[in-house]
Amino acid sequence: MDEQPKLKPSGSKLAYLPGAETVARVDPWWGLVVLVIGLTVILVTVRADPFWDILKFVRDGIAVTALITVSSFALTLVVGLIGGLGRLARNPFLHGIATLYVEVVRGIPLLVQLIWWYFAFPTVVQQIGEWLNISVIANYHANPIFTAIMGITVCYGAYMSEIYRAGIQSIPKGQIEAARSLGMTHFQSMRHVIIPQAVRVVLPPVGNELIALLKDSCLVSVVAVADLTRRGREFMAVHFNPIEVWTMVALLYLVMTLLLARVVAWIEKKSHFER
Amino acid sequence: MEPIIHIENIHKHFGKVHALRGVDLDVRKGEVVVIIGPSGSGKSTLLRCINRIEEYDAGRIVVDGIPLDNAKNINTVRREVGMVFQSFNLFAHLTVMQNLTLAQRVVRKRPKDESEKVALNLLTKVGIPDKAQTYPIQLSGGQQQRVAIARALAMNPKVMLFDEPTSALDPEMIKEVLDVMLALAKEGMTMVVVSHEMGFARAAANRMILLDEGLIIEEAAPDKFLASSNERTSLFLSKVLHM
Repeated sequence: MDEQPKLKPSGSKLAYLPGAETVARVDPWWGLVVLVIGLTVILVTVRADPFWDILKFVRDGIAVTALITVSSFALTLVVGLIGGLGRLARNPFLHGIATLYVEVVRGIPLLVQLIWWYFAFPTVVQQIGEWLNISVIANYHANPIFTAIMGITVCYGAYMSEIYRAGIQSIPKGQIEAARSLGMTHFQSMRHVIIPQAVRVVLPPVGNELIALLKDSCLVSVVAVADLTRRGREFMAVHFNPIEVWTMVALLYLVMTLLLARVVAWIEKKSHFER
Repeated sequence: MEPIIHIENIHKHFGKVHALRGVDLDVRKGEVVVIIGPSGSGKSTLLRCINRIEEYDAGRIVVDGIPLDNAKNINTVRREVGMVFQSFNLFAHLTVMQNLTLAQRVVRKRPKDESEKVALNLLTKVGIPDKAQTYPIQLSGGQQQRVAIARALAMNPKVMLFDEPTSALDPEMIKEVLDVMLALAKEGMTMVVVSHEMGFARAAANRMILLDEGLIIEEAAPDKFLASSNERTSLFLSKVLHM
């Protein structure tokens, strides 16, 4: 009669609880995603006027928001890695440049940065073009989507640099010593030993940045980009129904952020490893 | 015969602390040298200078005829010198097999199948061929340290450095690591070992060295060393041996 529940390790230090794995396998927060999508679908079908009309009107805005979010985020990952490595560089010039970049960019509101890239940057380029007497540059006209992606990338790249720096610094010194003692160069040690481990460490904060970036992308609506927010404002300017428009826009953002949060959580779980 | 490790008047400062104050040491090919000394005596620092994982401020080190004076030479020397750490330092994101093959492939440019063959042979040698596909975290301390030894050996080093290899281990795991080290010594590997395992020193060492306050106090064969009349040596030994 020794039918004790068996306590065996289940791949981690935690004790094994019967049934716990099957319950934990389905992420319960998917329920919230389903709920919000369900609410949106109900509104659109039950009250097609105005909700279906709003959705039809803003759907190209959703595409623009998605485009700006995905491309800025992809670029941010690259800029952040370069910036983070620069912050860790022993070369005082590289370290100085990276630190200056991070400190300056972090000190200016994103909205102001976006306005600068849209209004000031093209004029600066044109004046340089006139000064150099090159007509292609002198007649430069900014593409709003391009300047928006540029502005977000520069801003979020600075925050991402700090996340990468902290992630790389969190890897114990012994790891790089072991790699170097085997004859690997500094670059090889970073590439094969440090960065693969740092990536797993920074996944949660990087995921947060992605979601924050999606939400902040609405700021581009003030610099001539027809994203979801701007399309919502345009619809309201014609039909003047703020409750319905902004409820719909809010729901659409919520669907996107909740979905992203689940994807981020799933990737985190997939790449988890114990030290 | 030319010594395989030649250390000449090495100085090292950590801020205001003068950690190594002019150490000279020659190690011959096939020799096993055990370095002991109180904590903070500079023994680990000295060991880490041999493959220049630690920078030194003054002096000269030549390993296998290659002076450690530029980046290219340092990488060449590191390829020939294996190192085993107190805290194992296995690559946490890689399996045991990947830990053993990474440097072979990246540094030695060995093909995958060849490096895996080398790895499996070494894992058999250290007694854990069945652990090839597990991650370091799933191994005991003793197993991790044996993997670390195998990882260093996979590079076919001419010299092995051991930095307190058993200090972080539970007592019952110390023997399995020392047995691997003893076997290595018997095969004629040149070894420099920082350790207070007197049993190992007695069985394997050709020479023992007491380091204190950054200077070599005494060096002698184990039987002479352990019966030393030097006041500082016998005082330190009495503490280590709990006599």
